[in-house]
Amino acid sequence: MELFHNVNVDWLGKKWYFLGFSLIFSTAGIISMAMHYAKIGSPLPLGVDFKGGTQVQVRFENPPDIAQIRKAMDSAGVQGFTVVNIDQAAYHEVLISLPEASSEAANDQGRQQVVTALREHYNNPFNDNGVKVDTVGATVGHQLERQAALATLYSLLGMLVYLWFRFQLIYGVAAVVACFHDTLITVGAFALADREISLTVIAAILTLVGYSMNDTIVVFDRIRENLRLSRREPLPDLVNRSINQTLSRTVLTSGLTFLTVLSLFVFGGQVLRGFSFALVIGILIGTYSSIAVASPMLVAYQEWRARSGKAAVLPAARRSKV
Amino acid sequence: MKKNLNKKIAAIIAVLLIFIYGIFRIPSGLSGTALKNAVTQNIHLGLDLQGGVHLILRVMVQEAVGDETDAAVARIQQDLQTAHLTFSQIVKPDPKNKPEFIQIEGTNPTQSGSVRSILDDKFSNEYDVASAGGESSFTLTMKPGVEKAIEDKTDQQAIETIRDRVDSLGVREPEIAPYGLGANQILVELPGISDVDRVKAIIKSQARLEIHPVIGGPFPDEQAALSSVGGNLPPEDEVVQGSGTMAAGSEGSSYYVLQRVPIVAGSDFRSAEPGTDTNTNQRTVHFTLTNEAGDRFYDYTSKNINHSMAVVMGGQVKEVANIESAIRDSGEIRGSFSEDEVEILSKLLRTGALPASLEYLEDRTVGASLGADSIREGVTAAIVGVLLVMVFMLVYYKGSGINADLALFLNLVILLGFMGFSGATLTLPGIAGVILTIGMGVDSNVLIFERIREEIRAGKAASVAVEQGFAHAWTTIFDTHVTTIVSAGILFLFGTGPVKGFAVTLTFGLAANLFTAVYVSRVIFEAHLNKMKPGQMVSI
Repeated sequence: MELFHNVNVDWLGKKWYFLGFSLIFSTAGIISMAMHYAKIGSPLPLGVDFKGGTQVQVRFENPPDIAQIRKAMDSAGVQGFTVVNIDQAAYHEVLISLPEASSEAANDQGRQQVVTALREHYNNPFNDNGVKVDTVGATVGHQLERQAALATLYSLLGMLVYLWFRFQLIYGVAAVVACFHDTLITVGAFALADREISLTVIAAILTLVGYSMNDTIVVFDRIRENLRLSRREPLPDLVNRSINQTLSRTVLTSGLTFLTVLSLFVFGGQVLRGFSFALVIGILIGTYSSIAVASPMLVAYQEWRARSGKAAVLPAARRSKV
Repeated sequence: MKKNLNKKIAAIIAVLLIFIYGIFRIPSGLSGTALKNAVTQNIHLGLDLQGGVHLILRVMVQEAVGDETDAAVARIQQDLQTAHLTFSQIVKPDPKNKPEFIQIEGTNPTQSGSVRSILDDKFSNEYDVASAGGESSFTLTMKPGVEKAIEDKTDQQAIETIRDRVDSLGVREPEIAPYGLGANQILVELPGISDVDRVKAIIKSQARLEIHPVIGGPFPDEQAALSSVGGNLPPEDEVVQGSGTMAAGSEGSSYYVLQRVPIVAGSDFRSAEPGTDTNTNQRTVHFTLTNEAGDRFYDYTSKNINHSMAVVMGGQVKEVANIESAIRDSGEIRGSFSEDEVEILSKLLRTGALPASLEYLEDRTVGASLGADSIREGVTAAIVGVLLVMVFMLVYYKGSGINADLALFLNLVILLGFMGFSGATLTLPGIAGVILTIGMGVDSNVLIFERIREEIRAGKAASVAVEQGFAHAWTTIFDTHVTTIVSAGILFLFGTGPVKGFAVTLTFGLAANLFTAVYVSRVIFEAHLNKMKPGQMVSI
């Protein structure tokens, strides 16, 4: 069985469509982030890891009634809380969030109040074993934010250096631009879908940076190999051919990884949902960007150099035997 | 050629067995439950899977620095007074934010030379001495090296004290370690504990037991206490509130004026045991002092018969007692202690006091059932993912699909075995990492197989096609694995617990994949090629 036998698509010819597609989604994401910023002071809904505060997850025996839970909280004097229903067929759970309190003792008190309110004012039994609490102080929240940003930056830098070393600078730059494009669209998707960013989501984003890089490398490897074999073929044709040659491999791998991540999204439970959402989007976009962003950028750079009268940039020669 | 092949197959089987051992060690039996028990014993589960408490605390090291400079202030006072040098005051202008800064004011300009030489003599090792504002004031600033040494020592001591306190809770595999990069932070992880408030109280408690001489009291409120000393509290006294009902029999809150410097305090107590007064059925604390403290106590009590002394714990007066006779080194405190307070007090006196106070930065608790849910969900997703991939490979690559599936299976065994051997922690994101490894791992097989198909299409013979497929694909496989492992490495450095778990499984999985997708797949192909007749093609 073979899906991509003798494919011959002119990918580079479609680059304006790709550009349009990318622009639409990036802009939609950016607008959504701007709207979030205007509304809540940060471009994305932040999980408790970053914005601090308390989040209580409780598993009830019976399906929860949000209105009654709110009433229970009010009557216990809990202030500033939000309740989210994450009820599924198997588990009846809710998430109750409290904003950051002025002191540690107040954080503790807030948590105790919530649990007591549910115990005493709401008629739906739950076990201590079915409670999960996350309390993050402001200092740690900011620290984690900074660490996440630094990690992403270092990741991209590391990739750039590695690709510069294995290929040439322009390959590195094109690949990093593609990764940045993927990150932007994935993060924009979170804004559009109003999903929270937590530490595990950052982990997913860093993983998809690595994954998108992988994908781009496969195409670049083939381009480099073909460049070595035929120096006379015009670059756009050669790049198209390279993409077509690697197409079945690209689509298959993305497809298989996508299947596993989809399984995680569907079966993996609420804790990992943000993580798997990021990967589901990221894998699709990562594959797309190797074809639609990185390769056209490579060709555009060569053509710009040709127009300005500079010599074409050929990749470093590579030994064929391992 | 064939012998070589047999050796390779033997090597692979050996690897398989070694890593199966890593997962199960020697299980007690072969039933489903026995195997499951063996796995959970071997593979260390993170808090998000087994339930427990995760705390991040900050040590307020400035307090330790402040204690040190307080002692220095006392010494300077004494030294200057012994040398008959006048000064108006010695203060720390900003004790909270700049505890390392001491200012001596109002010295006599004519004596400034002598003042300077005393300061230089005795304090210039640890402090930078400077004159400020002409000749009548001096500043001492603790040297940065000295300050850092105090901070580091405080962090160390805090970790040890916390460890002792946690030990007394009987947690099975607690983890207490410095956290973060140089930020005076401590990580405490206690699996299996669910009463987080009690744990936090025990770890953080600053309760020191002290006995102070009573100057005056009880007073109904703070103003009355102040007016008893003429409205201005002398620096050697302090006003302390009493708690609840006390042996003296008064109700509600009451205030006492106590001498600030205690008779005995903190580490002077060798032990404290809870007990009950048989007459009144009240909870009591029976204490013993160290020998040296016992002498001091005897000294004081024998000179102060019929005076009162107050037992202070956690900043509150617990009992006021009349000194009826000299007490040496053991006694009993009858006071308004709650059962918890008595137990905490005994524990704390046994383990010692914290060198500085602690602040909780992050506190997460996971109930055990939620943890079990996460395991179940993660494993389900993993099984579904693996099945989907395996079936697809069989359908798309036919015979070679079996090859890929075997490599995938071995990959998983090696990955889990690695986890078992290294004692790395498996977290929920870690399970996600396993799932991702499956998807990315099979990528290598796809690369190789697609290349082999291309070579076959170009007319090459079976064995040549296989060889070319592996040769060309290797550099790409290597590149892609290295880039993802670099990502994972950065995640490991910057991530916290669960995210670290993800980075670990991803890295182990990809490393294992380099072995299985390239070496093992190759061997399986060779074994198959050996059995084929000439002119026959591989099923791919």
